[in-house]
Amino acid sequence: MIRDITIGQYYPAKSILHRLDSRVKLTATVLYLISLFLFKNLSGYLVATVFLMVVIRLSKVPFKYIMRGMRPVIMLLMITLLFNLFLIKEGEVIFSVWIFHITEGGLRNAVLMAIRLIYLITGSSLMTFTTTPNELTDGLESLLKPLGRIHVPVHEIAMMMSIALRFIPILLEETDKIMKAQIARGADLESGNILQKAKSMIPILVPLFVSAFRRANDLAMAMEARCYRGGEGRTKMNPLRYTGRDRAAYVIMILYVVGVVAIGRYVPLHIWIF
Amino acid sequence: MERMVQTEDLVFEYAKRDEEGNVVGTQRAIDQVSLEVKEGQFIAILGHNGSGKSTLAKHINAILVPTEGTVWVGGRNTKDADELWNVRQSAGMVFQNPDNQIIGTVVEEDVGFGPENLGVPTDEIWKRVEESLQAVGMISYRHHSPNKLSGGQKQRVAIAGVIAMRPKCIVLDEPTAMLDPNGRKEVLRTVEKLRRQEKVTVILITHYMEEVIDADRVFVMDHGRVVMDGTPREIFSQVDMLKEYRLDVPQVTILADELRKRGLDIPAGILRKEELVDVLCRLK
Amino acid sequence: MSIKIEHLNYIYSQGTAYEKQALKDICLEIPHGEFVGIIGHTGSGKSTLIQHLNGLIKATDGIICYNGENIYGERYNMKELRNQVGLVFQYPEHQLFEVDVLSDVCFGPKNQGFSREECEKRAKEALKLVGLKEKYHQSSPFELSGGQKRRAAIAGVLAMRPKVLILDEPTAGLDPKGRDEILEQIAYLHKETDITVILVSHSMEDIAKYADRIIVMNQGQVMYNSTPKEVFAHYKELEEVGLAAPQVTYIMHEIAKKGLAVDTGATTVKEAADSIMEVLGK
Repeated sequence: MIRDITIGQYYPAKSILHRLDSRVKLTATVLYLISLFLFKNLSGYLVATVFLMVVIRLSKVPFKYIMRGMRPVIMLLMITLLFNLFLIKEGEVIFSVWIFHITEGGLRNAVLMAIRLIYLITGSSLMTFTTTPNELTDGLESLLKPLGRIHVPVHEIAMMMSIALRFIPILLEETDKIMKAQIARGADLESGNILQKAKSMIPILVPLFVSAFRRANDLAMAMEARCYRGGEGRTKMNPLRYTGRDRAAYVIMILYVVGVVAIGRYVPLHIWIF
Repeated sequence: MERMVQTEDLVFEYAKRDEEGNVVGTQRAIDQVSLEVKEGQFIAILGHNGSGKSTLAKHINAILVPTEGTVWVGGRNTKDADELWNVRQSAGMVFQNPDNQIIGTVVEEDVGFGPENLGVPTDEIWKRVEESLQAVGMISYRHHSPNKLSGGQKQRVAIAGVIAMRPKCIVLDEPTAMLDPNGRKEVLRTVEKLRRQEKVTVILITHYMEEVIDADRVFVMDHGRVVMDGTPREIFSQVDMLKEYRLDVPQVTILADELRKRGLDIPAGILRKEELVDVLCRLK
Repeated sequence: MSIKIEHLNYIYSQGTAYEKQALKDICLEIPHGEFVGIIGHTGSGKSTLIQHLNGLIKATDGIICYNGENIYGERYNMKELRNQVGLVFQYPEHQLFEVDVLSDVCFGPKNQGFSREECEKRAKEALKLVGLKEKYHQSSPFELSGGQKRRAAIAGVLAMRPKVLILDEPTAGLDPKGRDEILEQIAYLHKETDITVILVSHSMEDIAKYADRIIVMNQGQVMYNSTPKEVFAHYKELEEVGLAAPQVTYIMHEIAKKGLAVDTGATTVKEAADSIMEVLGK
């Protein structure tokens, strides 16, 4: 159950997306996310969908695997959907139950917002699926380097991120184990009101924190033993170097953003209420 | 042979604190330890949990520095701050928990972590990563996530991560304590191979006696002191004493000891089952 | 208080790409009061199997009867089952959480709904059973040594007064003396009370010494289910699946090969010594 979470995980495969420089992927992801909010027409969504589909195909990550990562955010998605559906009152009422009225505008907003959210999550998880955490943090470190000049500890932040990503699956598994052990001792994790539920989490959270601190301690020692002393004087196993492929990817990305915004804004396309 | 590691009257104390964090006294974890390890030797340090053996190991890598006395690694004083990184490079360390010492999320990235820290040029890092993974027999797992490996495999990756730094000496701090019997064998075979092929000095810290029968020299620790010191045969011949120090003796040695106590003419310090079988057949 | 398992199957992550059959058609019977050892290499399904016994994992199909009652029955009280079948996980000290040892051990009985006095009474009794001295009762569990933490954690399960005690590698990571102490304590418990003990271990020597019966798991199936003597007679087959017999068994076989008529079925040092003395002793 808890191990089903795939967001933020790396999916090993040999695809063109996997080989791209992580800086390209990071920049492209940010651009893609922003572009989703720069158009309103259905035609824009169509372009964004086709683009996303092509990229998924290129990534060689199975579609099913990506969808599985959607499960933990379904709740969030539903809430957004419901809020939009019932709180936005625009246009004709198409459906009424008791005091709830669903309007055209509400439905339109709800559906489009849901699509945006799904694309947002799919887009960003595609980046993590195709980029190892180390590449990701290397890329981030490199992109954020200018901030180092104003004394932001860029290397340290990147290193912390990378370690966090490595330990997420380990800690999830550990949570699972501790939960089972406490259930075996008769712990009741389900019933009761919020206060009781919060209290029943103590037997899980305390051991989890103790374990996390122990691991952090061990890891710090292991890193020191392997001569880790911060970013200074460190060489890179995978130095970031742009190749023709990466430059091409930048160009494609810029073309896409310009294209999707232009089409999504100026090429009208109407189907039913959308 | 040159001296690889030497400790002289090594004492390590840590502060005991009360609930508010005030120092209320000191605890001596290592008490006057003087020992010497020559280059290329295979040294085993035995002792139960809390005997001070891990604390001693951490001194060889300068993770801890002596309260009193001195530790030299490859002729360098571990207290000398200027030599710290040289000490750590020349004496690599493998820890007990396989999960908590792997930093990379892909096997080869983890092996490259040490050389990256040392400032080794990129091409050379790749060469070393490849050689190290080959040496521990994990080259076919180079693109795997460490989380998907077995305990024994994780430890082999950790060993590869250390040898990629080209150390002269490897300190293994209970590398098999958390593994199943197959994982233990895997790790020991790897260490054995490194010793023969790469001629690295090996300091193995363990509480499993059967892991040390090939050692050149064995030190037994208890209460922070070295209480026994000799060849495996010399050590193994004192079964009762080993039991007193809370150590495990292989079944063959216990059986030989038991038979001797019951009156059979069997020499002390039997290490391998073949020896016992030979001795018994001669008694026929 | 017997456990009966019939045609138990368990499939992990059914319907996904990670689908894997962890248990295949397990049929077992564990009578009350037995000391059963389970061996098998990592991934053989032994941990999955024991988690079925107190209902932490629900079988894909098959039946488990505890005391003659199907635990997958509609009105079966799972909570009561967990009170009766105590499960000590690997590295159980990782589950300690209370401010002092005594309160931690009280956690189980408290969940069972006993009064404060009764909880403490049971907790103290359990701590005595695992040999943890009274001076440690008020210490923080995090200040204890490794072996003591392990005892405190085992006491946490014993305080629930289970009829069946399952231990998943209770000695992993302990030093030899600590290991022997824990095992002796469990053997003592088995002798003094009428508890059923199911011990999962990687150490053939330990299993041979303590278990009445050994269940060998391999690739999710029961490979052998018999006395130590009979199971270890198959030492060659055990090796093929990554297991082994105790070292003495090998020694006895070697000696027998050289023409001494010793008992090759010996699985403990004592048995081996007795047999050798019988042949060679004057």
